Amino acid sequence: MAETLTLLDYWPSMFGMRCRIALREKDIKFEYQEQDLWSKSPLLLEMNPIYKKIPVLIHNGKPICESLIIVEYIDETWKGKAPLLPSDPYERAQARFWADYVDKKIYEGGRNVWSTTGEDQGEAKKEYIERLKVLEGVLGDKPFFGGDSFGFTDIALIPYYSWFYSYEICANFSIEAECPKLISWAKRCMEKESVSESLPDPEKIYMLLLELKKKAGK
Amino acid sequence: MAGDAVKLLGAWPSPFVMRAQIALNLKSVGYEFLEETLGTKSQLLLQSNPVHKKIPVLIHGDKLVCESLIIVQYIDEVWSSGPGMLPSDLYDRATARFWAAYIDDKWFPSLIGIAKAQDDGAKKAAIEQVSEILAVLEDAFTKCSKGKTFFGGDRVGYLDIAFGCFLGWLRVTEKMNGVELISRSKTPQLAQWAERFCADPAVKDVMPETDKLAEFAKVLFAKFKNPPSQ
Repeated sequence: MAETLTLLDYWPSMFGMRCRIALREKDIKFEYQEQDLWSKSPLLLEMNPIYKKIPVLIHNGKPICESLIIVEYIDETWKGKAPLLPSDPYERAQARFWADYVDKKIYEGGRNVWSTTGEDQGEAKKEYIERLKVLEGVLGDKPFFGGDSFGFTDIALIPYYSWFYSYEICANFSIEAECPKLISWAKRCMEKESVSESLPDPEKIYMLLLELKKKAGK
Repeated sequence: MAGDAVKLLGAWPSPFVMRAQIALNLKSVGYEFLEETLGTKSQLLLQSNPVHKKIPVLIHGDKLVCESLIIVQYIDEVWSSGPGMLPSDLYDRATARFWAAYIDDKWFPSLIGIAKAQDDGAKKAAIEQVSEILAVLEDAFTKCSKGKTFFGGDRVGYLDIAFGCFLGWLRVTEKMNGVELISRSKTPQLAQWAERFCADPAVKDVMPETDKLAEFAKVLFAKFKNPPSQ
């Protein structure tokens, strides 16, 4: 039976980017299907009835939802190349913990930066930098979060790099000035084809953000 | 490595802590339980989990593992002889992880929502939401169990642990609000599963008694209704 693999995605989504990177790391051919989140397709609603969200990976007709769960599924299913999680149970726990930290602290933190103004934005910026600095501390002097090789935590975080430009313009600050080691890490990740092919142009994301803000009357 | 001393930092009423206890029990791993006093955070907790400052924390030799579902997976991977807690089929494994995440993201907040409701109207809406989520989970049980006894099949597994740890609190909620949430009429499969889960040897000694939990709940909920002024 011919294998089919489809990724339901939306081009600026950090969550979608994680899945694209994982698939490309493993050299897996897949069909990318752009979704309109304001007019959700019957396929999306059928494949993710619980959350009605992207990304969804459809493998031989069966849907897998939630980006980090998709990444683990990809890692376990295509074992031959580029392991994304380490083999040691403690290191795996660490990788999962920090990927979870990114979900809990970085997504919302970033949104607070671009969507607020004045004093609230000042607070949001401060909080966001603190959280990025925690990650910078975890990275230390290692080339990647997993050590010598690019892996799970790197995949969880690197998509946000494409959004940094937008946060910086909206809130008038430089993430590189505050977290230079983190930006070095990000540029190192971008040297990998799997990453540079999966992250959109930051300028395009900024244009989209301006459009979304206009629609929301901000 | 598996032979290093195991300690669990936790508190008896916490369903998240119970997840780790059940997993250790399933693997027959002896551990020392370090009880945190609720309302205060010990130095050990602040040092062991500086990021979130929350229980449970698994202390395995010199290794610290935080976040209950991450702890359960760690336990499953370290003490790996015998049947695993996650399904061996990779798609079923992703499905189990999906529903465990749903428990944390949807189920838990909805259950807390009943306690936090400030008036009867809000309470009714909160109860309705919990019932809707239970209907979804009843359906998930059919798909995951494939006709067997637990979400995980023949044995208590990852998803059973992720959801079953809330059964004590669910019973307290039913008692305090005079409602039936899991019942033989509304959620027949979950009702049967709940009984089997609570009777499992790995679970029964760590599931708190409903009355003891209800007493604790009264004190806790009073804090929700009268939050300390900022």
